[in-house]
Amino acid sequence: MSAPIQLQPGETFILNVGPQHPATHGVLRVKMEMDGEYIVKAETVLGYVHRMHEKMGENRTYAQYLPNLSRLDYLGALGYTHGHVLVIERAAGIEVPERAEYIRAITVELNRLASHLFWFGCYVMDLGGFSPLMYALEDREYILDMLEAVTGARLTYCYYRFGGLYNDVDDDFIEAAKRFIPRMRKSLKKYAALVTGNIIFQKRLEGIGPISAEMCRKYGATGAVARGSGINFDVRKNEPYSVYPEFDFDIPVYHECDSMARFKVRMDEMEQSLRIIEQGLAKLPGGPIMAEKKPKNIKLPVGDFYQAVETARGSFGIRIVSDGDKNAYRLKLRSPTYSNMHLFDEACEGMMIMDALAFMGSLDLVIPEIDR
Amino acid sequence: MSLTVLNVIVAVVIAIGFAALNAAYLVWAERRGAARIQRRPGPNINGPFGLLQPPLDGIKLMTKQIMIPGGADKILFMVAPVLAMAPAIMSFVTIPFSENIVAHNMDIGVLMIFAFASMGALAVLFAGWGSRNKYAVMASVRAVSQNISYEIPMLITAITVVMITGSMDLKTITSAQAGGFWHWNIFPSLHSPLMPLSFILFFICSLAETNRAPFDLGEAESELVAGFHTEYGSMGFGLFFMGEYANIVIGASLTTILFLGGWDCPFGLFPGVWWFLLKIYLLIATFIWIRWTFPRTTIYGLLNLSWKILIPLSLFNLLLTAGLLKVF
Repeated sequence: MSAPIQLQPGETFILNVGPQHPATHGVLRVKMEMDGEYIVKAETVLGYVHRMHEKMGENRTYAQYLPNLSRLDYLGALGYTHGHVLVIERAAGIEVPERAEYIRAITVELNRLASHLFWFGCYVMDLGGFSPLMYALEDREYILDMLEAVTGARLTYCYYRFGGLYNDVDDDFIEAAKRFIPRMRKSLKKYAALVTGNIIFQKRLEGIGPISAEMCRKYGATGAVARGSGINFDVRKNEPYSVYPEFDFDIPVYHECDSMARFKVRMDEMEQSLRIIEQGLAKLPGGPIMAEKKPKNIKLPVGDFYQAVETARGSFGIRIVSDGDKNAYRLKLRSPTYSNMHLFDEACEGMMIMDALAFMGSLDLVIPEIDR
Repeated sequence: MSLTVLNVIVAVVIAIGFAALNAAYLVWAERRGAARIQRRPGPNINGPFGLLQPPLDGIKLMTKQIMIPGGADKILFMVAPVLAMAPAIMSFVTIPFSENIVAHNMDIGVLMIFAFASMGALAVLFAGWGSRNKYAVMASVRAVSQNISYEIPMLITAITVVMITGSMDLKTITSAQAGGFWHWNIFPSLHSPLMPLSFILFFICSLAETNRAPFDLGEAESELVAGFHTEYGSMGFGLFFMGEYANIVIGASLTTILFLGGWDCPFGLFPGVWWFLLKIYLLIATFIWIRWTFPRTTIYGLLNLSWKILIPLSLFNLLLTAGLLKVF
């Protein structure tokens, strides 16, 4: 299953996968040098949806910049806004009420579930099984309805504020979330029987796209990609933030390093997210949802601030260099998919195109988040 | 002589009508079936249960402009869709729907259907090569290697059946299974104890022959855009589509005739065309069910399945049957 070694010039051809290819799920372009069905060399070409989010962060006040963060990764938007509010709150010394932090954790985990469900459906569709996408979207619909009721948006949320939340959750939300948990557990069992247990599916993924732990460190891969390669790293556990230390949950780690391992990590993460939501709903304290002492126009002290959060795709970092003004002097976003994607060039050499695309799907790429 | 020519023309017209109607309404059935599996309504706006959807789709496809991509081989590009549809229609001519309903019975019916079926690969190759599209070429090479690898076990299995019945005439093969389901070829008999296995082999091969999921590598939409018909629009695409469904009907018909007793009733009552239609549509429903349940295999997995499992098994079955026929 390896490409022939000696190739004369002119024996290969260039295949442009994307920027309008169904498998890339967005405008990623991969220039592949092909020898028949085998990939000799691949080069990812970025920049088709570059919107200068980092530069925008320097031109806007911190509050004005908040909605931008949810445009990075439209599938797991809450995680990114969470990172932003956390770094500002820490830098400006704003105390956040406990209730607000719990609601943040619950909504972030719901959003992570929605993102993983969408990935699951699309991934199976990439492999030719269309029906699971519809089941996953049905489950995701419940989450989006819940989040829409409290945040006012279905995809590009701007729910968190510096010092708290935009509004409180009501009883309907809590009821809906409590009803959703057993439903989702049942669905996860169904997916395990329908997809994970399918022999064709296992054959497609096992041993495909091996990424060693060393390679993950080399490229800075995080999230499910690293955890599928045996690296036990999750920002929620390793650099705890918010109220995550209060929850009892596990970090799924697999050592097989293949696409199946990454698939299983995400499927297990859904179960762990459900556990966090369950505990969050049980422990949810009363009280205010907004900090009492909060400056109207936030100005950060002079300094360099960094905060990492675990989003659905991996470790998302936001770094703000402040010169004491009301907007950042320099703002840098470390998006997880950007690092995860760069593995692709090296790892897919010598693979067949269908395996390479199965491998690409297991990285869970969201292109606007790569290009920013 | 003139009567024979007229006969042939009438037969062909009826075959075209049957194939086109089936192709159109199988698309509808497939979309409704898929929708039912995926818990959504499917086409339900045009006419009762969306039954007017296929003719409207046909009108839409026919009124579209035929686009030939620059650099394409025009002749191959235009010939390929016709070549995809024509053999499928020709195969219908020799299929016996019942004792009396058969357009033109032939002594070598099995051979003729296989001969026409193998022309489908040619259409795919022409389409891929003629389009001058890298995805299309890759897809057509895949589809051709797949068709070749699956024709072999399919043919070997068919030969097993032919050896048992001693005839290549589809009518004779059906008549040999008359009188209740225990006479059907799907069940093990004295001469061939492995007949259920042959049926499964044949069914898998007919799935692969028709380029259906989980073997739809020729048009793997998430990898090769739309496979060999990437560059086709309007009725060119429509013909490929209809050809695919006509081939499904042929595959189901052949499976029914060879293994499920054709027009014969399972209990020996009222044999006739309705039993034949019931059997083929049950098989087609299984095709649809499989397509919307399984993910796609890989090309090497597919070829390995054929060369390492299906061909040895079918050869073993052939030798066993030959030996037992000699002994008993």
